[in-house]
Amino acid sequence: MLTATYAILFYLATALLLAGLLVKVVQYARTPAPLKIPTMPAPLTRRGVGLRILREIVLFESLFKSNKWIWLFGWVFHAALLLALMRHLRYFLHPVWDWVVLVQPFGMYAGFAMLGGLAALWGRRIAVQRIRYISTPSDHLMLVLLIGIAASGLGLRYVARTDIVALKQFILGLIRFDWQPMPADPALMLHLGLVILLMIVFPFSKLLHAPGLLFSPTRNQTDDARERRHLAPWAARLEAGGE
Amino acid sequence: MNEYKIPELGDYATIPDLDPGSMSHSHPFPAAPEHQTALGFPGELVEDWHDQAIGKLGELLEKSRGLRVFLDSCVHCGACTDKCHYFQGTGDPKNMPVARQDLLRKVYRRHFTPWGKFPLTRWLVGAEDLTEAVLDDWYSYFHQCSQCRRCSVYCPYGIDTAEISMAAREIMDHIGKGQKYCNEIIGKVHKIGNNLGLPGPALANTLEGLEEDILEETGVAVRLPLDEKGADILLVTPSADFFAEPHVDGLIGYAKVFHQAGASWTISTHASEAANFAMFIGSYEQMREIALRIRKAALDLGVKRIVFGECGHAWRVAYSFLNTLAGPFDFLDRNYPIPQHICEYTHDLIEQGKLKLDRSKNDHMTLTFHDSCNVARATRMGDMPGGQFEIPRAIIRACCNNFVDMAPDTIREGTYCCGGGGGLLTDDLMELRVKGAKPRMEALTTVIKESGVTHMAAICAICKSQFSKVMPKYGIGMDRIVSLHQLVGNAIVLDRAGDGSSGE
Ligand code: SF4
Ligand code: SF4
Repeated sequence: MLTATYAILFYLATALLLAGLLVKVVQYARTPAPLKIPTMPAPLTRRGVGLRILREIVLFESLFKSNKWIWLFGWVFHAALLLALMRHLRYFLHPVWDWVVLVQPFGMYAGFAMLGGLAALWGRRIAVQRIRYISTPSDHLMLVLLIGIAASGLGLRYVARTDIVALKQFILGLIRFDWQPMPADPALMLHLGLVILLMIVFPFSKLLHAPGLLFSPTRNQTDDARERRHLAPWAARLEAGGE
Repeated sequence: MNEYKIPELGDYATIPDLDPGSMSHSHPFPAAPEHQTALGFPGELVEDWHDQAIGKLGELLEKSRGLRVFLDSCVHCGACTDKCHYFQGTGDPKNMPVARQDLLRKVYRRHFTPWGKFPLTRWLVGAEDLTEAVLDDWYSYFHQCSQCRRCSVYCPYGIDTAEISMAAREIMDHIGKGQKYCNEIIGKVHKIGNNLGLPGPALANTLEGLEEDILEETGVAVRLPLDEKGADILLVTPSADFFAEPHVDGLIGYAKVFHQAGASWTISTHASEAANFAMFIGSYEQMREIALRIRKAALDLGVKRIVFGECGHAWRVAYSFLNTLAGPFDFLDRNYPIPQHICEYTHDLIEQGKLKLDRSKNDHMTLTFHDSCNVARATRMGDMPGGQFEIPRAIIRACCNNFVDMAPDTIREGTYCCGGGGGLLTDDLMELRVKGAKPRMEALTTVIKESGVTHMAAICAICKSQFSKVMPKYGIGMDRIVSLHQLVGNAIVLDRAGDGSSGE
């Protein structure tokens, strides 16, 4: 019963996550940007634009210019999240790749860094008047959700250790469509339940900032308006029909 | 005009405490029915304005990826909250860029996202119906954004509040809630050819008068040709240049540069306006119509090049949009940038050693330079990113011995808007304009005190008008703002003999 519930939820969440993201990405890709609006100074070449976006993804360049505290907490959280995700790959792989093995100890500390970053972000959201003003309940809940995931994950490692061999069997079973029993461990149920929730809300929430960055015209356009004529399909129709 | 307090200047921009609602009374005069209908918008608020507004928002979402991505992506991180000069000057939280966006975003969420559509989760994501009160907020606060894009520099996803303001104004125009200042002016351009409504004969008169002035002052016959067919260069400049100080000194400066270069050039009555206020109301169609006037003038006069005078948003439309709106320009000379900025033109001549400049002519001034927001964050000059910052400064240095920059976080890409951009340069928004100028006034006052700066140069008609009006409120004389080409005009040595008709 437990296994079936979580298995079905996982499939559902994965499907929603992928389908939701796909719909959004297709929507973004299909919607034209009618005018050249890169925030200047902008790169003159596609390569330069690629680097600009890479710097935004890896270093959070604009945020660094903007606010050092938000940058610090945000960057630490995201970097730690990445490490934690890499660490979790071991549950999905058999045999486990070498670099995933190497990453294990870092991934462990990452859990704490993630928690710290999230707590600091939440602290700012509550303490700084300006940020409190713009926060909606969902902004707080999203942080609660992430904190819950990080905390329950750390709990599984340090407080109520779960049977990770059985867990791996369960996950591999999901991937192979050959269900294996999920360990009936409340902490694990909580951890996985929260992850499922996150997967479901991702494509319908502000977490869309992840694909959004790639499609943001102020960041992904080349500064070449004088050299190359940029024309949206609907604008071309306007031209053909008008005058 | 109600009384308001002029902000006290600190040494550096401090972040004000929130003062909710302190600017909710500020809104521009609404457009009269005839200003609306002249542009094809409904004369007054239509009956089913709510549904029409949502419909228009849906249409804009289909047409502009930027709008969609910006509305989806904000994580409410707060990094932009202290970046807007209107927030810094007023403390009104709805002038924080993200809060301004949220005025539209909450309606977007209500009608275009699952959580917002579903009644039980609506409150979670801050989704709200477009009520009359929300519409009033739109009218008020989307007219407290000068579309300067400062916030977009600092947002981790490049969310550009200017785009959101433009979309909101476009929606409001389409339900009959337009703004008088912009829409009246756009009507004048369609009808007469320029923002001031200056007809051809008056323009001819003005230019003749200027020729006489220059002759009297320098003894050299510098021409300001109008509608001369077969000229090489079409100069498109903001109509303020024909009209008021310090703009007109800039125009005299361009004329002297053209004269000294021996260039054949002309102004056009049909395109006697570089400004394109349609950008401010977010209307692609209106913007295109105005841009096409320039194309037509260039074709009719048979010119080979187009050069733009000093105007910030005009240069944005010219540099970034003209090719899109009114191109392709295959009929122009491809050896030169299409279009070219007057600063690029002058700078090239300086580089080639073709202008003799006597810096001592500007020795009575110590200059600083105000980077206009649109030039800085929405365009380029020259062939290097950041040329829009370097080229004007190089020209100033070539013309003046004394130049000092303002604080680094208030110039270049971080420059503060003058407070009057984006279609807000109107007397009915005076309080907003004065308060919005605060960060720039702070930076300027600091270099006045610490470095003995006497004048600030600018390359934007709106900046120049705004500063000459607002600086006195902060105890700085209105004559302290100068055109960049005024400095060139002062320094240039006119020794090219000739009648001013086409040279080499
Ligand atoms: S574009 Fe400029 S005026 Fe508008 S919200 Fe951003 S910083 Fe403020
Ligand atoms: S910086 Fe960008 S993501 Fe952060 S609150 Fe402002 S608009 Fe939203």
